[in-house]
Amino acid sequence: MKTKYDIVIIGGGISGASIAYNLAKKGVKNIAVLEKSYQGSGATTRCGAGIRQQWGTEMNCALARFSCNYYENAVEALDYYGDIEFKQGGYLMLASSDAELELFKKNVKLQNSLGIKSSYINLDEAKEIVPFLNTEGLTGATYYEKDGHLNPFTTLDAFVRAGVRLGVDYITHTEVLAIEVKRHKIKSVLTNKGTILTDTVVNAAGGYSSEVGQMAGIDIPTYSERHEILVTTPVNPLLKPMVMSFSKNIYTQQVPHGSIIMGRTGKNEPRDHNNNSSWSFLEEMAKTATELLPPLKKIRVVRSWAGQYNLTPDKQPIYGKVNDLDGYFLAVGFSGHGFMFAPATGAILSEIILNEKPSLNVAALSLERFKKHQLVIEPSVV
Amino acid sequence: MDKALRTVVCRCEDVTLEEIRACINRGVTDLETLKRLLRVSMGRCQGKTCLSIVIRELSLATGRPISEILPTTYRPPTVGIPLGDLAKGEVLKDED
Repeated sequence: MKTKYDIVIIGGGISGASIAYNLAKKGVKNIAVLEKSYQGSGATTRCGAGIRQQWGTEMNCALARFSCNYYENAVEALDYYGDIEFKQGGYLMLASSDAELELFKKNVKLQNSLGIKSSYINLDEAKEIVPFLNTEGLTGATYYEKDGHLNPFTTLDAFVRAGVRLGVDYITHTEVLAIEVKRHKIKSVLTNKGTILTDTVVNAAGGYSSEVGQMAGIDIPTYSERHEILVTTPVNPLLKPMVMSFSKNIYTQQVPHGSIIMGRTGKNEPRDHNNNSSWSFLEEMAKTATELLPPLKKIRVVRSWAGQYNLTPDKQPIYGKVNDLDGYFLAVGFSGHGFMFAPATGAILSEIILNEKPSLNVAALSLERFKKHQLVIEPSVV
Repeated sequence: MDKALRTVVCRCEDVTLEEIRACINRGVTDLETLKRLLRVSMGRCQGKTCLSIVIRELSLATGRPISEILPTTYRPPTVGIPLGDLAKGEVLKDED
């Protein structure tokens, strides 16, 4: 760690790593990424790592489409020695009421208008994709074959290594304690390993975005909430797509390794930084999964864990500058989807920081939107 | 690689000593990252058999004493339980 950097990125998850890599690729030399624990220890290494383009808001669709296209060629683009295991097995989204089906049809219309070739399918067609799907209580589905899943560990490693090769200092086990601000300008960042002089800070702190906002006197309306996941022993190929239902509260996918991962949103989760597992999750998750996909009954759970969603009031990220503080940038509030949006996050933030025209117009995702009370709320989040 | 020459460290995830040393040589000296990149200690025993060997390898390569390399988290459930049993809320007798 040096004592002075041109840009300090707070948060060594996939968002921070992607922003750092994109800046370095554009020629920025002195970049530090500060990670308080190990590589991706916040949400990146805990996430479900799915990527879907079947969203309900224009911005989320656009961010996911950009990122999915990037991930298709990411190994070459990042010159990674390993495999990011991008399996495009599709996402099968299940509706279990007429109202949910209507919402899905509306979503598909929006997705199609943005070049995402998702489609509405009936339950017979859904059973062609997952033959053992229990369709009792379901009303219909949507499907897009280009959606999929990646290995979050190697994908993050690919971004980190590509950045480091271009000169990024990716510094783990270093915690930011304070940000010094004078007359609307950033002066320095205080860490547990010493002080860094800088005039530019990127808040990519995931679950701690609000706290890192407070360090600079910025109010960010994000909060963290525990989400739990489990993984089974590896079994022979069984499940091609990610199967997802908002009303049944489940997403589940078999990864190339053979294991099946699944997660859901807990009931009445408090807003905090809890990363512990609960027994009730195992039981409720198992009930939903085996009811919907009966052959899963015999498969053993190896492990369960938890991470935090960092949510915004409209379930869309916050990107860009803030008023009244020069050199402070936000890439926060991904609401559980920071991993899938990471390629777009890196491209867009690097362009905003360097005053270039952004690849996607994300003006609608500024912090200011929450003051204007003109929120477009994402309806499709699990 | 010739199977006879393979030294398997993690039997659950089939990770060899050679793979662990190659990963350390690539600069991965944090046990948490080594685990996730290789899946070593991520199988059904969660590292009960291999974690101490991995820690020793890291200690040999980095010079850090074994006592300073903290083990990774053991996560529930401690032993594999079929989803069907979890859904019923009880473990079946004589299952399999």
